[in-house]
Amino acid sequence: MLREFMILSRGGQGGVTASRILATAAAVEGRWAQAMPEFGAERRGAIVRSYLRVSEEPIRRRSAVREPEGVAVFSRRIIEITDVNKLAPPPVPLLLNSEKGVVLGERRVFYVDATGIALKLGLLVAGWPLVNTAMAAAMAKTFNIASLESVKKAMGDYFRGKTLEANLAAAELAWESVRGL
Amino acid sequence: MKKKILMGSHAVAEAVKLARVDVISAYPITPQTVIVERLAEMVERGELKSRYVRVESEHSALAVVYGASAGGSRVFTATSSHGLLYMYEMLWWVTNSRLPVVMAVATRAIGPPWNIHTDHNDALTIRDAGWIIGFAESVQEAFDMTLQAYKIGEDKRVLLPVMIALDGFILSHTSEPVLVPEEEEVADWLPPREPLPFKVEPGKPFAVGNLGPDNVTMELRWNAWKAAERAKRVIEEVSAQYEKRFVTGTSSGLVERYETEGAKYLAISIGAWSGDVKEAVDALREEGYDVGLARIRYVRPFPREELRDLLSSVRAAVVLDRSVSMGHMGILGSEVRAVSERTPVKNVIAGIGGVDVSYKDFISILRGFVEEYEAGLSGEWSVAEWYMPWVTER
Repeated sequence: MLREFMILSRGGQGGVTASRILATAAAVEGRWAQAMPEFGAERRGAIVRSYLRVSEEPIRRRSAVREPEGVAVFSRRIIEITDVNKLAPPPVPLLLNSEKGVVLGERRVFYVDATGIALKLGLLVAGWPLVNTAMAAAMAKTFNIASLESVKKAMGDYFRGKTLEANLAAAELAWESVRGL
Repeated sequence: MKKKILMGSHAVAEAVKLARVDVISAYPITPQTVIVERLAEMVERGELKSRYVRVESEHSALAVVYGASAGGSRVFTATSSHGLLYMYEMLWWVTNSRLPVVMAVATRAIGPPWNIHTDHNDALTIRDAGWIIGFAESVQEAFDMTLQAYKIGEDKRVLLPVMIALDGFILSHTSEPVLVPEEEEVADWLPPREPLPFKVEPGKPFAVGNLGPDNVTMELRWNAWKAAERAKRVIEEVSAQYEKRFVTGTSSGLVERYETEGAKYLAISIGAWSGDVKEAVDALREEGYDVGLARIRYVRPFPREELRDLLSSVRAAVVLDRSVSMGHMGILGSEVRAVSERTPVKNVIAGIGGVDVSYKDFISILRGFVEEYEAGLSGEWSVAEWYMPWVTER
């Protein structure tokens, strides 16, 4: 079965890398996967959509994901300034980077304090908390995409040394602390 | 063999590395830039022993690899859109000098308006310049075709430049699983480029590109034309041999046939959106429509005979074009129509400027095409149709 997901992040938050980590994690588990960013003329700060497809079969579809089964939003502000209900209408479940849960229409909302986790572990780039590994792990758990072990293994393809260690810790914390309303 | 999750640009860079290229020269342009950035990193880290030449323009990038190739080196460059158009003059110098330069083109719309997303007008616009032109459907195929390009172009029966087109972003920035063969295996399959009978080198002056008599010019063109014809056979051989040896699961030859056995209607496409077309074919087959897909892998040399065969056994065909020749029709549409003997060919232009076209759109396009034919409306197909469902008033 082909499963499709969407990530809404800001340029610089690592949404594209999160989808790549999850695609790699699915491949670690022997499945087919595709991570696809949708770029406009974006630069740091702009809202970027990334897609993730996972399947037991080779994936042929390369058009944009229009009907995701789950959506991850990398900051609360994105919900205020984009029409998430249009991109991923309820009851599509939503995972939010937030300290606390929020009610967003007729859908399940999951939340994880990815920013808090990043700050605690010193995951900063140019002053920005890097929330992507925490969000990737939380997505993997919330939407049942891959195991924590596979996500951690996948992260080895993207980070090295101390950065890898901090990101592995972020993934573990996020996996443990993601909650649903 | 290693299975890696790679984005298209990195997969192309891996293939170039495995081909043990001697000289790389390029000028950055989105969405191609990631390819040459990755190659620059490989050279910097010492993983790839190539000479990397930075230049001030795409015209110069192709001029540098042209010279290096004339000196016997294996070379690579990459570009997109305006960069490719800026190379136009040099494209002909490379072909007419019969040099097996390999170039990746991450396809991108031509401005204005400024647009970084894919369509096929950049790559198809150079179809008369004598390059072999392949279009990849997947990241794996972009990898495979890049590696095969060296073996095809350097074959003594060919000696022509090869361009591999991969849809900008949709392949260049999309990560998919890729089977990457081991270095030693590739080295065995793709030996170093054979020495030239004559080559440009310091200390041995001779004239290149001198004034030539008219009849010699024409004979040289004829020789290149024959080489392009022979390239069909070489593409088939090399791709089949590669697939047998490395088993990466991509198709070989000039055309991939998908559900064409016994099909009454045929869709024809190139590039990354062909995967969505295949899904549409599956969905329509379940509804009882006998549709198949011919995916053209190489538009130069053009698969005349293969398409003629396929077209002669169906009632009608539709060409799905991501390009347009103003004042006529889609570029692929006109190419296909030229080889169809009796079969009516509809031409649909879609996805220009990167407009997203999904399997659902293709279901609607293909269903419309079959219904029109069955309603006896194929006589109205002389003018191409623009698929723009968001435009309600025409």
